[in-house]
Amino acid sequence: MSHGGFFEVPSDLQNTWWGLVGWQLQLTLVPVLCGLVIALPIALFCRRFGWIYPPVLGVSTVFYAVPSLALFVFLIDWFGESDLTVEIPLTLYTLVVLVPAIVDGMRSVSEDTRAAAEAMGFGTLRRYFQVELPIAVPAVFAGLRVATVSSVSLVSVGMLIGNEGALGNLLSDALNYHRPLLAWDAVLSIAVIGVLLDTLLVLARRLLTPWARKATAK
Amino acid sequence: MIDAVTKRYPDGTTAVDRLTLEIPDGSITVLVGPSGCGKTTTLRMINRMVEPTEGRILLDGRDVREAPVNALRRSMGYVIQHAGLFPHRSVVDNIATVPRLLGWDKNKARDRARELMERVGLDASFAKRYPYQLSGGQQQRVGVARALAADPPVLLMDEPFSAVDPIVRKGLQDELLRIQADLGKTVVFVTHDIDEAIKLGDMVAVLREGGRLAQYAPPAQLLSAPADAFVEDFLGVDRGIRHLSFFGTEGLELSTEPIVAEDATAEQVRAATLAETPFVLVTDAEGRPRGWADALDLATGGAGELLPYGHAFTIGRDSLRAALDSAVLSPTGWAVAVDEQGRAVGVAAQEAVAAAIRSAHTADVLR
Repeated sequence: MSHGGFFEVPSDLQNTWWGLVGWQLQLTLVPVLCGLVIALPIALFCRRFGWIYPPVLGVSTVFYAVPSLALFVFLIDWFGESDLTVEIPLTLYTLVVLVPAIVDGMRSVSEDTRAAAEAMGFGTLRRYFQVELPIAVPAVFAGLRVATVSSVSLVSVGMLIGNEGALGNLLSDALNYHRPLLAWDAVLSIAVIGVLLDTLLVLARRLLTPWARKATAK
Repeated sequence: MIDAVTKRYPDGTTAVDRLTLEIPDGSITVLVGPSGCGKTTTLRMINRMVEPTEGRILLDGRDVREAPVNALRRSMGYVIQHAGLFPHRSVVDNIATVPRLLGWDKNKARDRARELMERVGLDASFAKRYPYQLSGGQQQRVGVARALAADPPVLLMDEPFSAVDPIVRKGLQDELLRIQADLGKTVVFVTHDIDEAIKLGDMVAVLREGGRLAQYAPPAQLLSAPADAFVEDFLGVDRGIRHLSFFGTEGLELSTEPIVAEDATAEQVRAATLAETPFVLVTDAEGRPRGWADALDLATGGAGELLPYGHAFTIGRDSLRAALDSAVLSPTGWAVAVDEQGRAVGVAAQEAVAAAIRSAHTADVLR
């Protein structure tokens, strides 16, 4: 092995291993956060006007059915080989998970609690923001975990559109230079990042919902 | 004041049918009836969670539909079956909900909440807990406190105690009566349990299927004079016995003779023995009843084995129902009367209780 160790990144990537990890995190978290910011108002509208929920679900599922590579290639025409080209499709994918998670979480509020809120004189908006959304937090986090882990792995597909895949770029180098160790590096690093992010989300949920500790610690 | 209110649903079912009730201020009015009699619908029309199809509901002479709906609801406390607490809020914050909605400052609302916890019998250590950490009975206490938080003149209660076990329920009922004695709210209380209706209600409205009023009367009158076969059937077979709850024991004639101290001499025992019964009641040094003893056995220096007396009733405070129960339970057929300090003040044979019941009934009819 003349080509260095596990964490030694080939010079054509113009990056260190830590640099790739940071990039991977950026390409993962930016879409998840954008997805959350966009999913919230959509979910609130779906909650307020029940009839738009099925079509919204339908449209977002169609997006999910489009192969990510096809979307990447399609978006190159507008954004070139840039981070945005990767982040936009991933944002769309997170919506498919997050919108139903928020809506179903809000709907899961017990009939007694909803009736109590109504009887105490909560207006509709106040009820959404002060009662239903807070109670939906565990469900939202369940959605965030799925969205985050799937984004972490999908980022690597970006390597196919001109080395826009962060740690995934190591996969193409593994092929080009016949260095299988680089493929192991990519796969293991991505998996570890996925597990760490997931763990952080679980901890955050526990901190945010002390009231649900028993229900979630089954 | 519920004025000729009807609620019909689009599918044609009538939940409430031309119901008119004059609900007195500052007292507990109970709506009772089998399921499907429209009692919950009626309650929900008061705070406009359900809008009536016809008729009006007047609060202090004003139609409830004149006020903005959320302001109306904030002026009425509401308690429901499973409490319906907010799972994500601590006990104090649950209770402080309506004051916060009314724009109170956070600390003031929490101080008020702590005050109410004390009033409903919740220890201050519960303040920071979440609903999942409470028992059903404790949750319901929080529910009552939450309803009272903004000191609303009206309290609506929809089967608030029916999901808890009987012992906890009795505690909650007693607590409600105690709170009501202090606060004098106008309470509208829905239940399917006629015993609960009779215990809590100053007025009881019995509804039948289809939301029609069967009878609206004070509980004693309901028991003594049910309007029709439906009400009679709904009250059950022992309504005569239950009616006795409304008669005091003041008129009950007590015999004070057959009571002896545990260290009484044979002479004293013989003097205390009545012709009507071979037993005397033995009391301890403080005068509290211990049990019945065979007088002959005791006077001739026997072991003085004691028969249990069942339970005593407190003269003046307990009803004739308690006195009768005490007489029926006692193996000697004599009820034991005690004073507030638990000292035996007299005994009464079943015959004496029966005589008291007869004269109470006569007085009731004359009144």
